[in-house]
Amino acid sequence: MNHIDAELSGLKVKLMEMWDLVEYQLQSGRDAMVNADQELARKVVKLGKKVNNFDVKIDRMCENLLALYTPVAVDLRLVLATLKINANLERIGDTAEGISMYVQNRKEPYNPEMLEVTNAIPMFDEALAMFRDCRVAYKSNNTDQARAMLKRDKMLNKIYRKSDKIIADYLRNNPDSIEEGLAILAIIKKLERVGDQITNIAEEIIFYQDAKVVKHKSKKKNKDNGDKE
Amino acid sequence: MSKKPYKLEARNLNAYYGGFHALKDINIAMEEKAVTAFIGPSGCGKSTFLRTLNRMNDYIDGFRVEGDILLDGRDIYNKDIRVDELRKEVGMVFQKPNPFPKTVFENVVYGLKIQGIKDKKVLAEAAESSLRKTALWEEVKDKMDKSALALSGGQQQRLCIARALAISPSVVLMDEPTSALDPISTAKIEELIYELKNDYTIVIVTHNMQQAGRVSDQTAFFYMGELVEYAKTKTMFTSPKHERTQNYITGRFG
Repeated sequence: MNHIDAELSGLKVKLMEMWDLVEYQLQSGRDAMVNADQELARKVVKLGKKVNNFDVKIDRMCENLLALYTPVAVDLRLVLATLKINANLERIGDTAEGISMYVQNRKEPYNPEMLEVTNAIPMFDEALAMFRDCRVAYKSNNTDQARAMLKRDKMLNKIYRKSDKIIADYLRNNPDSIEEGLAILAIIKKLERVGDQITNIAEEIIFYQDAKVVKHKSKKKNKDNGDKE
Repeated sequence: MSKKPYKLEARNLNAYYGGFHALKDINIAMEEKAVTAFIGPSGCGKSTFLRTLNRMNDYIDGFRVEGDILLDGRDIYNKDIRVDELRKEVGMVFQKPNPFPKTVFENVVYGLKIQGIKDKKVLAEAAESSLRKTALWEEVKDKMDKSALALSGGQQQRLCIARALAISPSVVLMDEPTSALDPISTAKIEELIYELKNDYTIVIVTHNMQQAGRVSDQTAFFYMGELVEYAKTKTMFTSPKHERTQNYITGRFG
């Protein structure tokens, strides 16, 4: 293995370690929310520091690679993609922490009925599944699987879009649950962001593998159509 | 944006050193007033190809070419082309600075004197103008009658470029022009190449991949006598099409 290959594979290993850590945070954040497990929630928040250390370390590794090895082509794309995936992982970790902070102070689980009507749990599970599959896509360089994320994110968006009306309706009939309702709404909003961040990661995988830029594609198309009208 | 016209073009070019097939079916068109870089491992044919562009290989025993090289649409290997006339059009700068053991002034005006120009005023003006183009004038204007060999390596190389420019070529070929220079002199030459492309068509052979990235508009990758890939430099260094190009530019050759 030549020198730069060793550096690049070291970078990938580091990123996978961070990925595992954030996956643990996200999974635990879900479990803590469902079971009102304060202990677990505190653990997730605590892990944030470790994730931040990974974030800084990976940024530094990328900086060194750029400065010392001046990578080009596929190597350059790997470093650039890693920088962005790293940033998105860190944000997803933050979200898991944010959700856990809500849970930390709860004595009992969230009202199952409200979770049911908002679809919050299936949303959480899909976000987790996407996160896992995205990791597999990165590891196996599978751009088809990465592309699938772009579609799957739409399900999360759908649940998010419906959520305010559902919760507003629910609260109208159950005014005692306002605080709880707002918390669930905030969690749903965070999960919607997680979907976006997983999509960002998927786009970086495609860029790295195929040298294709897929982000902002649909927006641009709409804009072009808009210009014509 | 309108496309620049092609200055130099090779069509089905094959070159041989005796039985050795050094260039295989090269087809390439180089834009006017742009910088084209040739990259590739040693022995890939890039220098041979560069040298065919002003017929520097003509006197090598057993060397022969087939196919066409067009300069402004005219085949430079045509019988009615005079090599000395061709070289007025197509100047060349080599890897190691090779000033003549003469004064700075004599070096710059050497080509003009060969052409029979004797007018001192004309020569002095040409010398100054060429030295200004290579950003050397301020450094050597008080040393015009000193030996060129007393200049630093970087200055000598810029002097050689000035010498090439003095005869007003339209194409300048550079064969690894900075490989014998320190980083500062290299940076100066690269700056110079960037400036010169406003007026000249430049073709450069370089082993320094980053240099190709910095100075050229188009890059051609040669391997075993073949032109593997030729594209915008930006494309070559971000998303080359061929695996061999990628392996070469990322340093994973062989």
